[in-house]
Amino acid sequence: MDNNYFEIKRAGINTTFQDKGRNNLYHIGIPFSGAMDNRNFLLANKLVGNKLDSPVIEFAYQGPLLKFNGDKITITVTGDVIFKLNKKNNEIEGRCYETYQLENGDEINILSTNKSVYGYLAISGEIDLKFQWGSCSINTKANIGSNDGKKLTNKQKINIRKINFDQKNKKIDYLNSKIENIRVIKGTNFDYFSEEGKKIFFEKEFIVSKLSDRMGMRLDGPKIENIINTNIKSEGLLKGVIQVPADGNPIIMLSDHGTIGGYPKIGVVASVDYDRLVQISPGSKIKFKEIDLSDAETLFKLYEMETQNLISQI
Amino acid sequence: MIKNISNLGDAALYCDFGTEVNKDINSKVIKFFETIREKNIEGINNLTPSYNKLIISFDLKITNFKKIKEIVENIEIKETQKLNSKKIEIPVCCDSSFSLDIERLEKKLNLDREQILEVFFKKEFFCYMTGFIAGMPFLGDLEEKMRVQRLETPRVKVPKGSIGLTEQFANIYTFESPGGWNIIGNTPLNVFDITKEKQPNLINPGDKVKFKRISMEEYKDLHG
Repeated sequence: MDNNYFEIKRAGINTTFQDKGRNNLYHIGIPFSGAMDNRNFLLANKLVGNKLDSPVIEFAYQGPLLKFNGDKITITVTGDVIFKLNKKNNEIEGRCYETYQLENGDEINILSTNKSVYGYLAISGEIDLKFQWGSCSINTKANIGSNDGKKLTNKQKINIRKINFDQKNKKIDYLNSKIENIRVIKGTNFDYFSEEGKKIFFEKEFIVSKLSDRMGMRLDGPKIENIINTNIKSEGLLKGVIQVPADGNPIIMLSDHGTIGGYPKIGVVASVDYDRLVQISPGSKIKFKEIDLSDAETLFKLYEMETQNLISQI
Repeated sequence: MIKNISNLGDAALYCDFGTEVNKDINSKVIKFFETIREKNIEGINNLTPSYNKLIISFDLKITNFKKIKEIVENIEIKETQKLNSKKIEIPVCCDSSFSLDIERLEKKLNLDREQILEVFFKKEFFCYMTGFIAGMPFLGDLEEKMRVQRLETPRVKVPKGSIGLTEQFANIYTFESPGGWNIIGNTPLNVFDITKEKQPNLINPGDKVKFKRISMEEYKDLHG
């Protein structure tokens, strides 16, 4: 059948297409974007036999309800996600990190992420998408990427250009670790803060605010006192940078962040903990632990080896 | 030329060119940025030049701070290297429907509308950097008597094409966005064109910009 597509019966809260993101555009004001949780993005693609950097559907909290129209297709869901499948009017509990075959009229209903934020739905084959600067990733703030840079909406169709149907089921045993401790390297303006402020930053708990999205994560909790200047001359930002504006509440830059900012940088989240950071849901506690550069590099290498190891098990 | 190189997290170099904001320091940043960009150094995946800093991001899977630092420290920039610089004219209409904050500026600067616009349109601006939102140019320097702080409460939506002033800088909102700059007019030009992947920005760091005052009729003609 040529005409294979998913009909979006319910889009979910923040459902977008994402891939590896875009490089080398910071200088014109365009951030990386891309899948927030990189490991789960890679595992999803590997499970359905796609190239590792293929586009996937990313959702936050509540995911989409999709009806498949076509012949046969293989799908998987990664993350910590509660979902159901409706196959020939039989309802089945879905399990993450397993593949499922859908036939014409079957539905997948992604109810919610479980005490986490992002989940991924991968489809074996090629989704019909527009690419900008080599990536389909949707940045809703700048309206860049596929779907005119907007999140997916009800009644839309997701057209599949090419299906690589795989009859063999694949699965891995993988448990997303839930952590509250996030390792952080001191930022370039660490000394802008009072001794008490520095102590608070590394010793006290913060709560992830509801005002968090793909651009940034805001934190509530004890205030961090600035003793030099609450503004700096605007300069570049990166994902993981923790800025503290005048109100003393830290903001962590995430994948769709503005490229330039003028608040002092108290720290930067170590790359090894980024995937886990983005999964900490609003209302949850977070605590920062200081780490130096060489430890951060070593831990990232181990994390990368672990990811490669998981991929090779599939 | 770079005063100090440190790490910003585990996947970026933070190159400090000084604390001042002036064309001299900024031109050095831009030359460095362009030189590194042309070299296509393996592992570097982003460069962010700003007033007096250059942030070099790299892929930690491919390289690390020590390796990139060594490469960057050995890059020579000749003092004679010229800045790539274009001259760009931006038409701006200051009809009262566009100049949302002109009355605030009149009060804060103690100048009248025509005096403010006269100074603004006479000036040749220099593009220090682009960013925050895609393609937004930061243009300087306004003279002392024209400098104001941003709005106490930022607007939730600043219209696309708005020309804003804050401190020594003017900017252009390349698309509708929240923002707190003092808006004096609007340009019908598409300053950031998403369909041009190679060169989406009309204005780049190092370029010289002059604003040209246009009437509402001309604005509508240019807007198409």
